[in-house]
Amino acid sequence: MSTLTTPTSRTGASGWLKLLADRFTGAELAQGGKQLLLPTIGILIFLGFWHLAAPQVDTSLGTFPGPAQVWEQGGQLWQEHANQRARADQFVTMQEERNARILADNPEAEVKIRDYPGAPTFLDQVVTSLITVLAGFILATIIAVPLGIVFGLNRYFQAAVNPLIQIFKPVSPLAWLPLVTMVVSATYVSDDPMFEKSFLTSMITVTLCSLWPTLINTSVGVAAVNPDLLNVSRVLRLSFWTHVRRVVLPSSVPMIFTGLRVSLGIAWMVLIAAEMLAQSPGLGKFVWDEFQNGSSQSLSRIMVAVLAIGFIGFLLDRIMLLIQKKVAWNE
Amino acid sequence: MTKAHLELTGVEMAFDTPKGPFVALDNVGLKIKKGEFVSLIGHSGCGKSTVLNIVAGLLQATKGGCVLDGHEVNSPGPERAVVFQNHALMPWLTVYENVELAVQQVFRKSMAKQERRDWIHHNLELVNMAHAANKRPGEISGGMAQRVGIARALAMKPSVLLMDEPFGALDALTRAHLQDSLMDIQQELNNTVIMITHDVDEAVLLSDRIIMMTNGPAATVGEDLHIDLPRPRNRVTLADDPTYVHYRQEVLKFLYEKQRKLEHIAPRRGSQPAETTPETNSAQAARA
Repeated sequence: MSTLTTPTSRTGASGWLKLLADRFTGAELAQGGKQLLLPTIGILIFLGFWHLAAPQVDTSLGTFPGPAQVWEQGGQLWQEHANQRARADQFVTMQEERNARILADNPEAEVKIRDYPGAPTFLDQVVTSLITVLAGFILATIIAVPLGIVFGLNRYFQAAVNPLIQIFKPVSPLAWLPLVTMVVSATYVSDDPMFEKSFLTSMITVTLCSLWPTLINTSVGVAAVNPDLLNVSRVLRLSFWTHVRRVVLPSSVPMIFTGLRVSLGIAWMVLIAAEMLAQSPGLGKFVWDEFQNGSSQSLSRIMVAVLAIGFIGFLLDRIMLLIQKKVAWNE
Repeated sequence: MTKAHLELTGVEMAFDTPKGPFVALDNVGLKIKKGEFVSLIGHSGCGKSTVLNIVAGLLQATKGGCVLDGHEVNSPGPERAVVFQNHALMPWLTVYENVELAVQQVFRKSMAKQERRDWIHHNLELVNMAHAANKRPGEISGGMAQRVGIARALAMKPSVLLMDEPFGALDALTRAHLQDSLMDIQQELNNTVIMITHDVDEAVLLSDRIIMMTNGPAATVGEDLHIDLPRPRNRVTLADDPTYVHYRQEVLKFLYEKQRKLEHIAPRRGSQPAETTPETNSAQAARA
């Protein structure tokens, strides 16, 4: 890469040729090849193994799907989504036309605008899941980072709450879920709710399970600020807020981000389980519905969801890594 | 005699340990005049850093106290700026921003924005670091970072500049260069300086006075040597100067004859390093 950025004094065709030649030296090609080649080989071997092993597994819904069936179902799900969208568009235009006609006859008439009543498709479920996980994760961050800073700054506080953190950290989302459901049903009572109850239940469960790594990492990062820097802060007589904002927080950003990445991974895993159990819309519900449906295609469709879940989890982590590189000073 | 600018009287420092209190300093007394350059020298673990930290206000003496310009020192403050051994710059701030943090804090009310900017640049120029104003500490060498640490301390306009082995972590050439810069700056600004050092040559070359400390525990001031060498001083010509050699000898005698440190020379193999002597304990306690 450096060959592109170093300025060359030579001009004209020969200089460019040299540059091009530098780009395609054996070593660079080998380097680039290795980066792509090995993962490709790994994936191919996995697909081959899957293809050979899947037909050996017999279930009551037929044999386990191989890569080909799963690929086909992936296309199918996409097609269903496209069809549903077309129908929804049609529904909206028809509704608008009818309302226009009614209004033309009688300007005083009340017109009704209804949402399209079709079932959510696979992609709709993905979007719902993403919104829920992000809401839960952001809520967890808003709670965990300030709390972590407080715990990290004060070791008495830390000693007091540490047992609680250790006890609540390993609790499975499935254990929280019934409690959260009951509490949400009891407390969130409104005639015109801004959020669905199922959304709130999944979101709060995600928050409860995913805030611990951020909380712990933030407090460890805050407690581990270089003592020399703390002394500088004391010599300068920085106020408490300036101290937190200009010394403590920047110093612990790398640790906080490590915690955030673990939290986001947990949030995504927890969400799927919560959606399955709570029957709240999302990928988890899609998997559960397909399982209950029990058609010959169900296993392939669940496998599409499994791969989608994995891929989205991977993407979420990458996005966090990009944000970390933008924010953290040590990257 | 003029009234002392900075005065330490009967300072005792005891640290709590599981085995009972450990007395690091006992009855340390010291009077320092305005503009004086004072070095504290002694074997490691003799409580030099503890003395400095008490003057800085980072530690509270268990007995006795420190008075600066008629006010008792009981908390840290920018009028007693500290230069730390490992520069202690914020790694996420640029060189300019590191000095700015200090200037903003100290002169927020008394200087206009442009005035502060000029003052930051002036101090960076004083240590020859203006060219790296926009670099992060990680992008410059240790010697350069230490210069910035000095610029940050000077920018607070301290009445006393406290330096904790400021050049200890640097190679010999960089150290010599920074010592010369420090002498020039001191000549120009006439700051009161207290510097901790292990280096006899550094102490004699830079100081007006060398305070030699006895070995801990219960360390105290052993000898107080006035260095009467004309300034500006030149390390090359002084090397042959008989007065310089004499002062140097005095310090060496104190360190290696009168206060010779009895350290176990660890056998070459098969035994534990001698890390549990009271000296090393006190060194750790004093640094803590």
